[in-house]
Amino acid sequence: MLPDPLKSNRTAAALEAFDSAAVLGGHTDRDELTLLIAPERILATCRVARNDLGFIRLSAITAVDWFPGEPRFEVVYLLHSIDHNERVRLKCRVADGQEMDSVTPVWRGANWYEREVFDMFGIRFRNHPDLRRILMPLGWEGHPMRKDYPVHGHKYSYQSDQERP
Amino acid sequence: MKELKVHTDTMVAEPGERLAPGTSDVTRRMTLNMGPQHPSTHGVLRVVIELDGETITKAVPDIGFLHTGIEKECEVKTWHQAVTLTDRVDYLANLSNNLCYALAVEKLMGDLEIPPKAQWMRVMLVELQRIASHLVWLGTHALDLGAMTMFFYCFREREDVLRIFEMFSGQRMMTSYIRPGGLALEPPRGWQQRVRKFIDAFPSKVDEYENLLNTNPIWMQRTKGVGFISVENMLDLGVTGPMLRGAGIAWDIRKSEPYSSYDKFDFDVAVRTGNDVYARFQVRMEELRQSARIVKQALEGMPEGPWTANAPHMMLPDREKMKTQMEALIYHFKIVTEGYRVPAGEAYQAIESPRGEIGYYVVSDGTAHPWRVFMRTPSFGNLQSLPAMIEGALIADTIAAMGSMDFVLGDVDR
Repeated sequence: MLPDPLKSNRTAAALEAFDSAAVLGGHTDRDELTLLIAPERILATCRVARNDLGFIRLSAITAVDWFPGEPRFEVVYLLHSIDHNERVRLKCRVADGQEMDSVTPVWRGANWYEREVFDMFGIRFRNHPDLRRILMPLGWEGHPMRKDYPVHGHKYSYQSDQERP
Repeated sequence: MKELKVHTDTMVAEPGERLAPGTSDVTRRMTLNMGPQHPSTHGVLRVVIELDGETITKAVPDIGFLHTGIEKECEVKTWHQAVTLTDRVDYLANLSNNLCYALAVEKLMGDLEIPPKAQWMRVMLVELQRIASHLVWLGTHALDLGAMTMFFYCFREREDVLRIFEMFSGQRMMTSYIRPGGLALEPPRGWQQRVRKFIDAFPSKVDEYENLLNTNPIWMQRTKGVGFISVENMLDLGVTGPMLRGAGIAWDIRKSEPYSSYDKFDFDVAVRTGNDVYARFQVRMEELRQSARIVKQALEGMPEGPWTANAPHMMLPDREKMKTQMEALIYHFKIVTEGYRVPAGEAYQAIESPRGEIGYYVVSDGTAHPWRVFMRTPSFGNLQSLPAMIEGALIADTIAAMGSMDFVLGDVDR
């Protein structure tokens, strides 16, 4: 459900009109629009945002680890429209081990960003064309950006990997 | 169909499988490792290329060799300390990263008022940074394509800019000069003369460079019509900056979402429609001229006044005050030992760096340490379009295409 101040917002209202079950909430903070999206509806929502609302650019996808909070992760989609000069942030709250739908069918550029989120946080994306580690070596254990991953003193676990591309 | 098998690691054909010359009904594919240590990759980028003769049939970039965990490290620093890490993301555009981080933190702080002098000084320094960064690009790109003189000319000019940075901050590259709340130090005495001397001479040098390359037939042949990628592909793959403007899209964050009083400056967005290596070259040359224009305006109209916001809890106090005033000493102690708190919330700030859209997505939980700092770096997005650009092209054109993207591997891997 959208809070009342957002009902007049073009983007928020259009996304809610498309699928009221997809938009779980939203707020405007420091002039930035954030919408909370149900994780299982993210692909359809992104498709509408791109095709009907003009968000042709995906700036980035990232994640935030709220450990020990639950659900643990927030996956953040930063969308931008050149024509409307507008930005919106879509957020999905997912638990550890929960899979997300890949948005690569909507923006091919999501490929590397989703790989990075998988590499750094261990969030898996369904139907991703090539979900491998991107920054860490392929044989690495653990996901470095998780809050329970130590900054110093982790076990050095690199193995030479023959299966690099 | 018989296929010649080639070992990817040794590049030697298996014995007994050599083909007779002139055999045409056999596909011959070779896998070639370009990098991680290849001079044209400007850093440590590995591209695995599958070749059919000299034509690239498949290219897979392999990144991460320069991954240093900057985002993770930001989380254990205070907000104040993390500035020094932003320098090291894109080591050719340090001040741009400083500025983006500072603006994002200031957005989170909410009630900070950055004085006009600090804003104008920021614009001037960031534009000088753009000049320095484009000069490195031009020098190395031309060197890759065989024009060696450019390299020396460009680095000579870049040195002048770096000396100006050294004058301001004490550092040539890792400046950390733009901080949340204003500038790190008072602008040094005599900076006006130094900047004026550089900026008066610079536009004629840009003309000289352009003439030098435009009358070079090798340069023209190696850049015109090379490295094409459609606009739809670029937008789909997240390309930003001069590459997009070389394809006719007049999108520049300095104009569309003005920050740090860019709306008070008079400049044009450089746009070309060629959508090839040459068009990107033209865009960047025009940007050099426009940056010089902005620096000149900043120099002539520089407002008077303080160079930091009135926020003693965020900015390290003046050394003299620290020794004579108790409050200044307390603030100094608090900033250095525990840092300042930033209200809980999140902010995304995008600026136009020499390479495209830098975006800092910062999340605060109300403490003195960032909960999350995500850096949306332009090189990461741009590099993703490399396969779309070079697949189907000749291997020699890869060098030109990669050069025209102007990526910095520190920026890709963070």
